[in-house]
Parts: sequence; structure tokens; C-alpha cells
Amino acid sequence: MAADRDRPLSPHLQVYRLPLTGITSIAHRITGVVLSLGAVLVVALLVAAAAGSQTYQVLYDASAHWLGQLVLFGFTLALYYHLCAGIRHLVWDAGCGYELETARRASWLVIGSAVVLTVITWVIAVAMNGS
Amino acid sequence: MSLRTPLANARGLGSAREGVDHWWKQRLSALALVPLSLWLGFSVALLGTADYYTVIDWLAHPVNAVLMVLTLAVGFWHGALGLQVVIEDYVATEWKKLALLILVQFAAVVLALAGIFAVLRIALGV
Repeated sequence: MAADRDRPLSPHLQVYRLPLTGITSIAHRITGVVLSLGAVLVVALLVAAAAGSQTYQVLYDASAHWLGQLVLFGFTLALYYHLCAGIRHLVWDAGCGYELETARRASWLVIGSAVVLTVITWVIAVAMNGS
Repeated sequence: MSLRTPLANARGLGSAREGVDHWWKQRLSALALVPLSLWLGFSVALLGTADYYTVIDWLAHPVNAVLMVLTLAVGFWHGALGLQVVIEDYVATEWKKLALLILVQFAAVVLALAGIFAVLRIALGV
């Protein structure tokens, strides 16, 4: 039968170890979807604030919980990752950065920049809210 | 030899008949969102842990109000364009694909308007 022939297989996602550029690529899409869901929370926050102090208090209590803090932290991390990876996409659109080694180093740069931006943001936010 | 008519070549709209329209809008909104995202990330970190009056004071400031309205408008536009690609890539059943595409478009408009209305209400104090 034809199926017994030793043919090259396309990457099988369950067993295929994605290269770093593959991981950063799919992460860009995943963070994009995550941010779309997070945007619902941002609107909820704004609508609750506009509705008055009592309505806002419900969300405030939720955001004070460690799970709420984690969601907020995750949102900023996803946002900054999508921002940095998105800038890389714009660079690609300009026709630059397609060499393997460049792409690999840019992947680390994207991850590093996203983490650094997230940490800086939260350090400033906590300092400003604390004072 | 191309089977495409000279007129189709000149229009450059391709098989989907929209040319680079979607691609260009995605990039244009992305570019606008570069500075807006930095501002939004900081705002979310600041407002997510702040009490009611801090949030109201922050949003009532004209600069923050305008930036938030811009972020909502451009952000939901960019989000709808992005989710459209994800749906088109992964949902094969035609009616499910169409239903999701319509849902995303409607939800993006409703959420953007609700957010913008809330910001204006706070900023204008009505």
C-alpha cells in the first residue's frame, strides 16, 4: 500500500520540538487572542468606574485578590510581548532580519524586552500607588 | 503566460478581491498601537491596583481620556482584524467560520463603544 512508503512527514506538533522562532511566532498569535479577551476586562473596568464607586468596588475587590493581580500581570506581559513581537513583524515587513542567526537573536531580544518592560511597569505602578 | 486579465492585474486585488487592504490596515493600526500600548500597559498596572477616586481622577485628565479613547478605537479595530485571521486559519466549517467572524465584528464595535462611552462619561462628568 502507498501508506507504507517512507515519506518525509510534516511537523507533527505533538512530538515536534518547535524552534525558538516557531515558539515566538505562535506566542505572538496566542498573546493576540489573550489580549482580545483581556480587552473585555479593560472595558469592564471602565464601565464599572463610570457606573459609580459601588459597582467599581466589586472589581476592585476582585483585582486585590492574588488571582486578580495575576490576571493584571499576565495582561501586561502579553501586551508587551505582542508589542515587541509586533515591532519585529514590522521590521520583517520592511524586508530585514530573515537570516537564521538574526531571527534567533531577535527572538531572545523580543522575550527579554517584554519581560523588562513588564517589570519596569510594575515597579513604577507599585511605587506610585504606594506613595 | 498568466491567465489573469490585464484589468485584474492592473487592479491588483487578487483572488480575495481586496488586495492588500486587510494587510495594510493591520500594519497601520499596529503602528498606531506602538506608543498607545506602552501607555496602556502602564495604565492597566496603575489602575488595576488603584481605588475608585484614583481611577476617576486619572481618566478625567484630558490627556488620559483622549489616549484611552484612541486606544479603545484602534485596539478593537486591530483586534478584530487579528481575530479574523485566526478564525479563517483554524475554523474550516463554513457556517461556523461566518458566525464567528460576524460575532467578532459585532463584539468589537459594541465593546469599543461601551468603553469609549464610559471614558467620556467620566471625563465630562455627566
